[in-house]
Amino acid sequence: MNNRGAKRWLMLGIALAVVISYGYEFLPVFKGKGYYLGIAIDCGISIILAVSLNLINGHTGQFSLGHAGFMAVGGYAAAKFSLVFEPMVPDSLKPLLFLVALVLGGCLAALTGLGVGIPSLRLKGDYLAIVTLGFGEIIRVIVQNMDAVGAASGLKGIPKWTTMGWTFAFAAVTVYAVSALVNSTYGRGFIAVSDDEVAATSMGINPVRYKVTAFVTGAFFAGIAGGLYAHHKQFLSPTGFDFLKSIDIVVMVILGGMGRTVGVIIAAVLLTLLPEFLRQFADYRMIIYSLLIIALMMARPQGLFTLGARKKGAARV
Amino acid sequence: MDWFLQQLINGLALGSIYALIALGYTMVYGVLRFINFAHSDVLMLGAFSAYYIAPAVQKLLPLPSFTGAMIVVLISTLICAGIGILIEYLAYRPLRSRPKLTVLITAIGVSLFIEFTCQHKSVFGADTKPFPMLLPASDFHLGGLVFSSNDIVVLILTVLLLTALWFVVQRTKMGTAMRAVSFNQQAAALMGININRIISFTFGLGSALAAVAGILYALKAPGIEPLMGVQPGIRAFIAAVLGGIGNLPGAALGGIVIGLLETFAGGISGLSSYRDGIAFAILILILLFKPAGLLGKATVEKV
Repeated sequence: MNNRGAKRWLMLGIALAVVISYGYEFLPVFKGKGYYLGIAIDCGISIILAVSLNLINGHTGQFSLGHAGFMAVGGYAAAKFSLVFEPMVPDSLKPLLFLVALVLGGCLAALTGLGVGIPSLRLKGDYLAIVTLGFGEIIRVIVQNMDAVGAASGLKGIPKWTTMGWTFAFAAVTVYAVSALVNSTYGRGFIAVSDDEVAATSMGINPVRYKVTAFVTGAFFAGIAGGLYAHHKQFLSPTGFDFLKSIDIVVMVILGGMGRTVGVIIAAVLLTLLPEFLRQFADYRMIIYSLLIIALMMARPQGLFTLGARKKGAARV
Repeated sequence: MDWFLQQLINGLALGSIYALIALGYTMVYGVLRFINFAHSDVLMLGAFSAYYIAPAVQKLLPLPSFTGAMIVVLISTLICAGIGILIEYLAYRPLRSRPKLTVLITAIGVSLFIEFTCQHKSVFGADTKPFPMLLPASDFHLGGLVFSSNDIVVLILTVLLLTALWFVVQRTKMGTAMRAVSFNQQAAALMGININRIISFTFGLGSALAAVAGILYALKAPGIEPLMGVQPGIRAFIAAVLGGIGNLPGAALGGIVIGLLETFAGGISGLSSYRDGIAFAILILILLFKPAGLLGKATVEKV
């Protein structure tokens, strides 16, 4: 996808989002379809999460297992912010407050990403995976002990502000930002770092800077997704952001093909819809997921929805 | 002073279990250079094997008793060694020449597969099951201190197993081959060592230790469930990194250190609720300041 393609996606996404979010209120087609809209919002949030993780895991080739941690930081920060300021703001300014809450959550998550990115620069492959997993767990433990955000019993009563419009507008911005970043002249460095760090360094690319940029940008959007999630479910609990949530997002990226934006979007939507269709097989969901991971790694490590493989062969360290 | 000694005993007992698990991680890392995420699940399977074998053994021998416990542990160890070898054969061997990240993701997949299959109601079920008393348990009082007999068994067994492992690795032909493979796989193959056999042996040995650790852990824990291996597994992995991954004495030392730190932190009231985060904090610190670990040698990356 080139830069122009990215812009087209952005326009399409935002237009679609606006139409649907208004249609939701006025068009008879959407009457009483709250359940489907809820799932559609889930899909949008998954797209943001998967595309932002794809920047870290796919394009830059740094295997992170802590995306749920960033999401938790953003979600809790945004939710707390809206809970505190909601009573003080008139109704007409609520959308603005929501935007501020989301961006604030994103920024805090980005800061956390900086905190994870800097120490992890010295690490590669499996070490990095474990450290990011550790960071995710530490964030969860801290939240679990913070009384200000409800500790282990969770944060309740978050205003329901997330709509289709908000979600898909941000999903479009995420897709645009990530693909524009990677496809820019500057962004070629991400792929260079993922392909061969030593070769990249010898060509004058500073891998440290690229890795930190990837972590901070990825974390920012994960934080936004967390904020949208908080204002969608209206309830946050630390257990919702555990290791398995990170694995969910990783599976989307692997299934879609690391570094393949369109594939990752398809995978994110598919994996969000699948559990809804397979309600009666809910017990088997994770078993199928894990088998899927193993089978994909054996047969198609480049991802399921990859047509012309940019990176032939396999995922790289 | 009493408090200190009491925590010391508890910490040593917990730490030696971590040490046993950490050895499995470090041995596999030594020969294959990747983290076997499924190791913590082998530990859980060890505890569950014992859970299901114990009633059968009880028909022949009285339980709790030492001979009975020995037989239960022995059979579980053999089962887990088999499972470990099988995991390597089915999941990791086909990927041996692939990039490390592919193997790592597969390992996570294998781990999730075991955990969720075991959680399914037709396998073990997700509920916590009471672990049978394998050993006659009693508490000894010494001054203000309380020793549980289980803790003492844990400590003695760990020392015995560590000695045995040291003997296997340093003094037997298999152990020498193992060290050769971990030093340089290609050169070892050229010297006529059957790499596949050594790797299977390593997995078997590591999984056997994990089974023992799982049973010991289950004796101390309130019950067993399919996710019981995750927490000790992660701590043991951190212990292996702390000691210097690939280094056997380092893994044992790391296990003891993590066990002690965790127990002492758990005893201090303000810190106890952060107990789960402590091991990770140690990991991040060690990777920042001494990435090669306490006893590991720093390696220079060759281009």
